[in-house]
Amino acid sequence: MSRRWRAVALNLALAGAALATLAPLVWMVSASFMQSGEANTLPPPLVPARPTLAQYTELFARLRLGRAFLNSLLLSSAITAISLLCNSMAGYAFAKLRFRGRDRLFGLLLLTLVVPPQVGVLPLFLELRALGLVNSYGGVLVAGIATVFGIFLVRQFAQSIPDEVLDAARVDGASEWRIYRSIVLPLLRPILVTLGVFTFLSAWNDFMWPLIVLTDQAKYTLPVALANLAGEHVQDTELMMAGAVVTVLPVLLVFLFLQRYYLDGILAGSVKE
Amino acid sequence: MRSVRGEARAAWGLLAPALAAIALFFALPVVGGLILSFTDFDLYAIADPGNARFVGLANYVGLLRDPLFWKALGNTLLLVGLGVPLSMGVALAGALLVNSPLARLRAVYRTIFFAPVVTTLVAAAVVWRYLYHPRFGLINRALEACGLPTVDWLGNPRWAMVAITLMAVWRAFGYSLVIFVAGLQAIPGSLYEAARLDGAGGWQIFTRITLPQLRGTMFFVAILTTVGFFQIFAEPYVMTRGGPLNATLSIALLMYQQGFRWWNMGRASAIAFVLFGLILTVSVAQALVRRRQEGGR
Repeated sequence: MSRRWRAVALNLALAGAALATLAPLVWMVSASFMQSGEANTLPPPLVPARPTLAQYTELFARLRLGRAFLNSLLLSSAITAISLLCNSMAGYAFAKLRFRGRDRLFGLLLLTLVVPPQVGVLPLFLELRALGLVNSYGGVLVAGIATVFGIFLVRQFAQSIPDEVLDAARVDGASEWRIYRSIVLPLLRPILVTLGVFTFLSAWNDFMWPLIVLTDQAKYTLPVALANLAGEHVQDTELMMAGAVVTVLPVLLVFLFLQRYYLDGILAGSVKE
Repeated sequence: MRSVRGEARAAWGLLAPALAAIALFFALPVVGGLILSFTDFDLYAIADPGNARFVGLANYVGLLRDPLFWKALGNTLLLVGLGVPLSMGVALAGALLVNSPLARLRAVYRTIFFAPVVTTLVAAAVVWRYLYHPRFGLINRALEACGLPTVDWLGNPRWAMVAITLMAVWRAFGYSLVIFVAGLQAIPGSLYEAARLDGAGGWQIFTRITLPQLRGTMFFVAILTTVGFFQIFAEPYVMTRGGPLNATLSIALLMYQQGFRWWNMGRASAIAFVLFGLILTVSVAQALVRRRQEGGR
């Protein structure tokens, strides 16, 4: 085969694979604009005959999915902000400040990465019940305050900050907190964007923990609300597709615009020591 | 001036919030979970923890005698055994295509293949439930168009777990693909040139250079994928609720049902630790295989 034909075949294979990958998402969007019942006719249509926003109106006006959207937005933003603060402080301390037992403590933290989250879920529920945090936003939040992965990522990055910069500030009489706040934090910006995108997406997509901790429908996050709707509206294909679009669209947009940072995070996390 | 004691004090101050959160909301529950798994903590104990009794290994022994646990274990192993090789194979093939010098629009393809990874799991499961619809689903229509027999994907106990696995592969492979692409790009071009000068063909180059050079990346991706597939929960929860006939009951779903539907928290904790043990065993086994390969080279 000549180089030219090989190139054509390879690019056709890529296009086919891309089409197959996107098909579920494209169909989701298409079906969300169909009339009720339209997707369940033979032969099933690929595009709506008369596009309508009826499913979206139904979701927001009658089923109050807007509330769940707001819950998700607020919780994911809060988790992102709080965990960025805690992880950047800890990651910087592990990278740049000297104290006894530092490396042993960090090694211990890394060890916890092998523990699957399911292991702590039941006692955490009981603990939060004792603290009166079950069925509260706080209960969802506590599980995301700090993550070992986040601390690890910041530490890797912070190690490249030159000691001279920090020492110069100390000579000028800056307090350690001031150094973190005005010198370290601005230098950490690139990794914090990466970690922020990462955290926001996982908080938005998280399902098991909000499902366990939230019992009141008004407090449901989008994935929990959607799973709940999916149980009640099995036959309403078009309505469920609209619900899926509303759930997926924000994260897909965040990813599209900030994907460089997100992929950076994945590759940084896969670097072996 | 730089004072060591001041520095240490500052360090602990900066570490305090993160360490406190991890200790309170992660370490404590994990230790608590281990203790819980040796008790008969149930609905009555939730009302009054005094009702819980220490039962030793009874929960673990009970699991071994529970057909439902073996069913869930079998389902999960099928999912891992089928899903991990499939996901890695698709990811590697995709990475080779994307990384080829003949490929156009590489960045676009990488984004497209990655899109399912960031797609909210619950939403994806909802969409796939309809794609798998025996009459109106796109997948059966496509099979029909190719002249193939259709399948009642989620309704037939023999196919339901396969259906869940395929959906999980769709969602997972993009992550591995991105890591594989980075791994491929790290292979020095001089190796390929030397092989070509020696007259090696495409397949020989793939098996003698690409694969051995990719070993470290493969190991990392294998562990990551295995751990992820072992923990599958939302897919069966949304698509099948574990049915039909418990054909898609995963270990994580069984744990959830025992713990939060029937409030058998002691038994559910035992299930969680069995899952932990399984993941640990498989990860260590993979690490041993890797060390052996390295030693043999």
